[in-house]
Amino acid sequence: MNPQLFQLICFYGFGFVTVAAALAVITLRNTVHAVLALVLTFFSTACLWMLAEAEFLALALIVVYVGAVMVLFLFVVMMLDIDQEKMREGFVKFLPVGLIVAVVMLVEMLGLIGVRAMHAQFMGANPAAAAGVSNTAWLGRALYTQYLLPFEIAALILTVGVVAAVALTLRQRTDARHESASQQVSVNPRDRVRIVKMAAERPAEPSPVPPQESQP
Amino acid sequence: MADLLIHQLLIPIVYIVAIVLPLVIAVAMFVYWERKVIGWMHVRLGPNTIGPFGLLQAFADVVKLLIKEVILPTNANRFLYYMAPLLALIPALAAWAVVPFSSRMVLSNANAGVLYLLAMTSLGVYGIILAGWASNSRYALLGAMRSAAQVISYELAMGLCLVCVLVLAGSLNLSDIVNAQAGSKGLFDWFWLPLLPVFVIYFISGVAETNRAPFDVAEGESEIVAGFHVEYSGSAFAIFFLAEYANMILVSFLASILFMGGWLSPLQGWIHIDAPGWINWIWTGGFIWLFIKAFLFAFMFLWFRATFPRYRYDQIMRLGWKVLIPIAIVWVLVAGCLKYFGWVVTGTGG
Repeated sequence: MNPQLFQLICFYGFGFVTVAAALAVITLRNTVHAVLALVLTFFSTACLWMLAEAEFLALALIVVYVGAVMVLFLFVVMMLDIDQEKMREGFVKFLPVGLIVAVVMLVEMLGLIGVRAMHAQFMGANPAAAAGVSNTAWLGRALYTQYLLPFEIAALILTVGVVAAVALTLRQRTDARHESASQQVSVNPRDRVRIVKMAAERPAEPSPVPPQESQP
Repeated sequence: MADLLIHQLLIPIVYIVAIVLPLVIAVAMFVYWERKVIGWMHVRLGPNTIGPFGLLQAFADVVKLLIKEVILPTNANRFLYYMAPLLALIPALAAWAVVPFSSRMVLSNANAGVLYLLAMTSLGVYGIILAGWASNSRYALLGAMRSAAQVISYELAMGLCLVCVLVLAGSLNLSDIVNAQAGSKGLFDWFWLPLLPVFVIYFISGVAETNRAPFDVAEGESEIVAGFHVEYSGSAFAIFFLAEYANMILVSFLASILFMGGWLSPLQGWIHIDAPGWINWIWTGGFIWLFIKAFLFAFMFLWFRATFPRYRYDQIMRLGWKVLIPIAIVWVLVAGCLKYFGWVVTGTGG
């Protein structure tokens, strides 16, 4: 078994899992299972990219989408109290519409790929391998030197998006009671607790007859 | 064909077993050590009955858990209920693939090792969430929610700490990161000194990521009984336990590798004596140093547990988002300056 054949088998294996998981996302009735199928789709896509030696993209996909975005998705879906029976209604009714949309999208994508294929320029050798560095290092160099301005602009746009999202959802309640951590930390213990100095033992009371129990 | 099979399949499997088996035994001994240390700190004896000094206590517990019945709660999601412990354990073990034990002892010397670690640690949260949801229990779901929010928040701080290390080391490869800390100034060449605040933040986030005290609101015995694994019993519970302790040991190893010079000796560059190999490692470095450092960090986990009271949930969030992340962001800039102006020279030694 030569390495190329092994790689091809791996590619088809991962590809099959990706497609099957993507199909499961839209066919599974249980929404939590559907989200998990989406996670599997992302994961096997990352495996495919790893095969194509795009290790940074693959790991970033797992860290960002699988590790963070899908967790939040899963939360939302778990919190929804969905009536599963209701979700199953109307599957047949909406099937033709769904199929038409799917076919249109497929035709458009095939057309796009066809147009691109006609203008195809063969991709050169892997630039990272040519430069003798890892894919991650090469990507970092390209992003921070050649494409610095677009990269910074993208970062700026994302920051604006974050600020806008916070501004949209920020509601200051005036009647809520807050506690300030800095005030709490700077509390003087003497204001809260009064420590009283006391003798460790009570002064011996003069009693003429010692009680019987205390004798050994 | 047979040659390929041996090199591609058999040898890696032997290596994997050589890492996982000691790890599982280390987890058992770590549980024993935890109970012993906390016992001493509470002025108790700790386990002392089974085996010499109670050493076999952990193994007795494992056997007990394995022969107990795994109970499926009513209306629980059967498939996910049994999947969740595995989803917690697999990333916890898979992350060990890139940990370098010494300059030659590493299973996978991956170029993007740090990214891989981030990816694996972020996968572990699925086990917790799914366990909480699939058990069909309020307490478990509450524990899962708390835990997931906490893990996601502290992962950001942890990621920023890793960025600082990457900037100084100039590599994502863990072996390269350790080599970048080599030098002639002993332990002052390691990254803990230029990155001191980040080092502290990393370890705090590591404690929070593993849901350990004082950040163990996910378990919160006094409020939500035991959190996400309240419904689990027998071997399924044992697997959660194994994953949690494997993660603790992993964080201890990573803190040693990223900030305390990994397998490098704290005496590097100070002593130049040609001695036989079994003494030489004391100043030239070896995996024993890594184990000593990791043991100290692992001990701190236990020390924290015996010392600090549990944080309140909103205070955990405040600490993560308003204290640790801003400091880490500032230190990314500082690390950039350190590197750019050459205030920190990395990798001068061998």
